[in-house]
Amino acid sequence: MAEEAGMFVVHQTVGTVLCCKCGIPMPPNAANMCVKCLRSEVDITEGLQKHAIIRHCPECDSYLQPPRTWIKAQLESKELLTFCVKRLKNLNKVRLVNAEFIWTEPHSKRIKVKLKVQKEVLNGAVLEQSYVVEYVQEEHMCESCSRVQANPDQWVAAVQLRQHVSHRRTFFYLEQLILKHSAAASAIKIKQMEQGIDFFFSKRSHAVKFVEFIGMVAPVRSRNDKQLVSHDPKSNNYNYKYTFSVEISPVCREDLICLPPKVAVSLGNLGPLVICTKVTNSIALLDPFTLRHCFLDADQYWRASFKSLLNSRQLVEYIVLDVEIISSEVNVGGSKYTLADAQVARVSDFGKNDTIFSIRTHLGHLLNPGDYALGYDLYAANSNDIELDKYKGLVLPDAILIKKSFEEKRQRKRGKARAWKLKSLNMEVDDKGRTDQEKIDSEYEQFLKDLEENPDMRFNVSLYRNREYQPSEIASMTDGEEVPSVPLEELLADLDLSVDEDGDSNMRE
Amino acid sequence: MATRVQFENSCEIGVFSKLTNAYCLVAIGGSENFYSAHEAELADVIPVVKTSIGGTRIVGRLCAGNKNGLLLPHNTTDQELQHLRNSLPDQVVVQRIEERLSALGNCIACNDYVALTHTDLDKETEEMIADVLGVEVFRQTIAGNILVGSYCAFSNRGGLVHPHTSTEDLDELSTLLQVPLVAGTVNRGSEVIGAGITVNDWTAFCGHDTTATELSVLESVFKLREAQPSAIVDEMRKSLIDSYV
Repeated sequence: MAEEAGMFVVHQTVGTVLCCKCGIPMPPNAANMCVKCLRSEVDITEGLQKHAIIRHCPECDSYLQPPRTWIKAQLESKELLTFCVKRLKNLNKVRLVNAEFIWTEPHSKRIKVKLKVQKEVLNGAVLEQSYVVEYVQEEHMCESCSRVQANPDQWVAAVQLRQHVSHRRTFFYLEQLILKHSAAASAIKIKQMEQGIDFFFSKRSHAVKFVEFIGMVAPVRSRNDKQLVSHDPKSNNYNYKYTFSVEISPVCREDLICLPPKVAVSLGNLGPLVICTKVTNSIALLDPFTLRHCFLDADQYWRASFKSLLNSRQLVEYIVLDVEIISSEVNVGGSKYTLADAQVARVSDFGKNDTIFSIRTHLGHLLNPGDYALGYDLYAANSNDIELDKYKGLVLPDAILIKKSFEEKRQRKRGKARAWKLKSLNMEVDDKGRTDQEKIDSEYEQFLKDLEENPDMRFNVSLYRNREYQPSEIASMTDGEEVPSVPLEELLADLDLSVDEDGDSNMRE
Repeated sequence: MATRVQFENSCEIGVFSKLTNAYCLVAIGGSENFYSAHEAELADVIPVVKTSIGGTRIVGRLCAGNKNGLLLPHNTTDQELQHLRNSLPDQVVVQRIEERLSALGNCIACNDYVALTHTDLDKETEEMIADVLGVEVFRQTIAGNILVGSYCAFSNRGGLVHPHTSTEDLDELSTLLQVPLVAGTVNRGSEVIGAGITVNDWTAFCGHDTTATELSVLESVFKLREAQPSAIVDEMRKSLIDSYV
């Protein structure tokens, strides 16, 4: 300061004093002792831990951070160093300046870390000293690994997801949703059951979270129960197994429904014959004759539940002979429909008899004479639905068209790989139930077709690029209307992790 | 020779005693060993006086003096003043001064000819120091410390100052004092020199923790090896005899 003010300042030369112990000349410091003497006088590493025992899980190569966190770390990694330093007690009494690993044999179960610490000693002199800490690795399997090793059945909470229908379409779709949101990441086991999937969790909270997720993507009703496993009356500990039973509504997309009179009235005399156009956490219903539509949320649905009259497995292929549009295009709930009168004939009848149906359809914008369409054959159907019987004098149409069919065109592409593929959950198959692999495969194929045809279904699903796919030139030469397919730009590049070599086995094409 | 002593397990013996060429004050009560160590060394040459100042034992830090006089702070009681006047030799002037800074031992460092003082002492006090102690007074700091009495100790033959004193300061101080100075420590690296040692022309007392190195430094700078109370007289006699012969 004096210098800044332009004052004359006498230059100060640091003198030398004799070290008070050994008498060598040295610049004065706070302790007035040379570094060597100071070192011999005080050991700042005194009271610091030089040995520590760390728990290591040999299965997943992770280390126990007490009380119960397991940290994954490689040998000589930054994470391991942080972990090792944190494991030392009393280190807050000194200032840590540097830490590094000293190489040890990986199988020696010893980790050596060289630490350099500083501490204030003897009236303000700061001393720096380095020392080596030896960690002994004690092999101890972590909770999840030991659970897997000992008995994979050690679950605490189980979620039984069920839909009482004859097909698995809903579960194929749910599987993709679960994968996309990694909702079942904490599941310790997933088991494919008849009419559903069982998910097993090691914690109740994981199961609750999963049930909540399902409740957001499907119209479900759930109940939960617990079973007492063990009980310690002295410490008042109860050990339960929890079971969540989650039932998905049996109504699926493209199903034909005859609404019960009560529901029909409550929805403003909708229907009673309606098509389910979309199922999320609510059910979208469309009256194909009036283009009225409404949503039914899970609560409303379960208050007066109903089943579908006919489901998509019972679709029959029709050929469209004539279409006469009677109204302009109407936007209903995000998708466009046009009412039309159409003349259709069953493909199975074609060329055999002259049975032609004059029907009304909501697909007027899609259909052209000569097209194929899928619909419900109410003319031939022998339905014994209770709800249908309640409507006296209800005249059933001969057929209700549901969607346009691309079966004819698709046949040309048969046997070729798709440009994309899906991931699949790692599920165990329940052996006890009879499983018809062929049926499941055909249902899966149908599900994939649905994905191709339905962009808003794709919206919630992660598609991955299939590396084996080579676009053929013949395929691109098809004339006229193209079969719907997934545009390439929608595909996600498959994260190709070289470590995970069996990653491909989780893929289904 | 320098002697290592301890006052009730404390090595800061300069706090509890005052040593000059004409008298020695030690704190009353407490450690009898401390008193007898002084007695053994000094009794046949100068009086060793047990006293308190202002009712406290920290006599070394409260008073300042040399062979000519003794300055006492304003909180000294009349009784103590009387006791000291009775005990000290007649030629030593004992004077109580009205100075705001009552720890005179911390504020004043002196030998028989020169005194260094705290920079903030009153003008009257400065005059009093010059009159009573018969010294030249310099207002100084030692290595940036204004408590000159705490951070240095010097006799008529040499002096020890704070270890952080730069060589320039050392030169300046030794020019003022006209004695050789050395930067050093006492009591195993302690820089509070004034509290660690008491010294006069032929002997010194230092704290019990003082190492051999420190002891040898202070013996050489205070020239204690050849020093005996009679050495000065012997030297004079030699020269006298020389002149006689």
